[in-house]
Amino acid sequence: MKSLSEIDTVSKRASRAAGFSWGIAEEVGKNIRILEIFGLPGIRNLNGFLKKKKKSEFENLNLINLENKASNNQFCPIITGISFLDQIKTLEKLNEIKFENIAYPLLFLPFISRASEIIGKRIFLKFDDKEFLLNFNNNIYSNFLKNEIIKVANNISVKFIDNLDLFSDVEWEELHKLSENTFVEESDSLKKKGAGAGLTDND
Amino acid sequence: MKISLRNPNVVMKLSRLGSFHQSKLSFLRSFLKEFKGWDYKRDLFDLDEFGYGVAIYSFKKKDRVYSLICFANKLNENERSDRVIAKKWDAAFTLHDGVPTKADIERLKNEVPKQEVGRLSYKELTLSRANKSVRVFDHVVESLSNGIQPDVNLLSKVGYLYRTTAVYGSGKFGLADRFRIKNREEICGPFRLEMMLVYLVRQFTFDQVNHVAKNKNPKKAINLDPEICRNLGIGNSTGLGMAPFIVNHPTLLNNWILARETALKTIREIEDVKKKDIDLFLKCLKRSLKNITSWNTDSKYQQKKIKSLFEDLNKFINFVEKKFDFSKKFTFNKIYIWLEENTDEECIEYVVSMMMEPYDYIVTPLVKLMSSEEEKYFNIPTERTIANLKDILEKKYPQILEIDFTKKENNQNFWFISKNKEEPRLADRFDENGSELEQPLAIARDVKKLYERLSVSKNSSTIDKFLFKNNDLRHVVRRAFIIEKFPYSEIQDNTIGKSIIPIDMLRLKLSFFGALKFDPRSDKWLRICMFQGAPLPEQLKNYDDHWVYNSLN
Repeated sequence: MKSLSEIDTVSKRASRAAGFSWGIAEEVGKNIRILEIFGLPGIRNLNGFLKKKKKSEFENLNLINLENKASNNQFCPIITGISFLDQIKTLEKLNEIKFENIAYPLLFLPFISRASEIIGKRIFLKFDDKEFLLNFNNNIYSNFLKNEIIKVANNISVKFIDNLDLFSDVEWEELHKLSENTFVEESDSLKKKGAGAGLTDND
Repeated sequence: MKISLRNPNVVMKLSRLGSFHQSKLSFLRSFLKEFKGWDYKRDLFDLDEFGYGVAIYSFKKKDRVYSLICFANKLNENERSDRVIAKKWDAAFTLHDGVPTKADIERLKNEVPKQEVGRLSYKELTLSRANKSVRVFDHVVESLSNGIQPDVNLLSKVGYLYRTTAVYGSGKFGLADRFRIKNREEICGPFRLEMMLVYLVRQFTFDQVNHVAKNKNPKKAINLDPEICRNLGIGNSTGLGMAPFIVNHPTLLNNWILARETALKTIREIEDVKKKDIDLFLKCLKRSLKNITSWNTDSKYQQKKIKSLFEDLNKFINFVEKKFDFSKKFTFNKIYIWLEENTDEECIEYVVSMMMEPYDYIVTPLVKLMSSEEEKYFNIPTERTIANLKDILEKKYPQILEIDFTKKENNQNFWFISKNKEEPRLADRFDENGSELEQPLAIARDVKKLYERLSVSKNSSTIDKFLFKNNDLRHVVRRAFIIEKFPYSEIQDNTIGKSIIPIDMLRLKLSFFGALKFDPRSDKWLRICMFQGAPLPEQLKNYDDHWVYNSLN
């Protein structure tokens, strides 16, 4: 089994060799490490993408808008991801961002996962029928469990999820009431002494 | 009185970093301190009459066990080389997490001797190999087998029976990634498991030499005197592989230097220094002179530095004994100021290390701060402005920004990774091919380039927009935001200039390891000695924190 350190280093060097700058290659190294640690096929997809990059042109998406369509070629997942990560503080104000035709979209995913950590919000990512809930770069919940290469995603959507409770007030109150059974009812004496009050409370 | 931390533009110059010495902060000393209470055991010693076979040593505490597995193999004379091109070694080692099973030992027997081309697993923590100093090893075997102790003068000149030629950890060749073990309290300091490996290898070398002597002449042979053993360490040959490490781990570098600088600042701020602390400082200083007088090297560069150090130290000792008034307040601050005014960098940094000796309560908490969660500082704060970034560069890299990189001599060299050994190398850009594959280690040049591009950008614009067209400098944009928080994270020198002395970078790292007797073999590699004078594993429970000055050599 390869260590994450080896995965990071080899991905970084391979990305540099494929023409990305060292700074971007460093990002790719970290990203493939994230994919592999979350059980997603990072190395396989990067290898596939870099092989295809030798023969094909990809479109670089620098400025991200609400809707992003590639004019001729597919979007490069790395440059699109870098742009997304770099612009995340602006983009988070939008509710949903759509893309069409991103090549090897699994390579785009870790940028979104890292963005989720930066803004402190969950992000819901959908590539065609594959769904991913990105939880602050701590874990990824998904319906995609296959160890396969995804060559392209036609329709991609990124939704920012507001930090709202996943439960009702009633459910919370019920649970809170039960938790109160661990508290001690304070007598007058305990009220005075329990928190270590002095002769004067306000001096 | 409040003393400021020393200026990074002084401390982080290569000549200063290349003058650092071991101290109480050094990893091999903090390792011994941490493991002194652990149970040491030799679990297996299955060597043939020539010393070839398998041996296992362990440290154990409660349920935690670390096991060093040693494989000693026959090596032909023409196969023995300390250079990284070697493919076989006298012995190869791995530190295994827990107690190895028979299946583990069989698996490792096939992989560990192969080193870089072998595969380890997440159950192994570190990997190393070592070669005999044949001259010394054979002399010791010969002497012991004849019932006499070896010539301590010869031993003193070399200082070890074996020298390691590489020690690997942190995920290399399939070894465990650091994340698997980083929360263990006993290994909170950097390189602790590498230090454990080297320390246990040292014991193996003594056991092996005794075993071979015994088999050579069972009736007459004696064991190597434990006092002689204690005064032997483990040698190490180190090349350029270490140099990029300190560039590639900026927050870690910062935390090492910051610990040292914080210790110095705190000691200089002590108003009333106790007599017992002064006495200990002077005792360690005087005893340490033996480590300088027995420091042998053929390197003219190092000989000059040793001579200057020895002269400066004698001048300093003369000053403190005859002219200095220890009853004055802020003793160590006054001493430090005198050193800056009267001695060279090598001596200043030597005495700084010595000043830490009496102050366990200052140094010990700092050891725990010498690791780094590097991932936390990886993301670039792209919402910041061009003006912010320019300001950081002006404040943090003032001398770097003055370098003229259009001059050939400032752009002379390039760092690359050798295809043959996947190891870093340095070459002349104008004489050799390959500079188009340069590694991102020319930080000074790229910082200057970044500054020039920022200077023609709109101050109020944000970094995300700047990066649209300048992603070729993304690596230094990241570093600039790191140095904003971590003042000692960057070498404040040109690492590709004509006059660079790469061994200064090696020396910095090795001083934090706790190495002694730096012996440059060229400007690109050197030999050192580790654990010379250290208590043997059986003596660890009666550990003396100042063992490094108790060497007989």
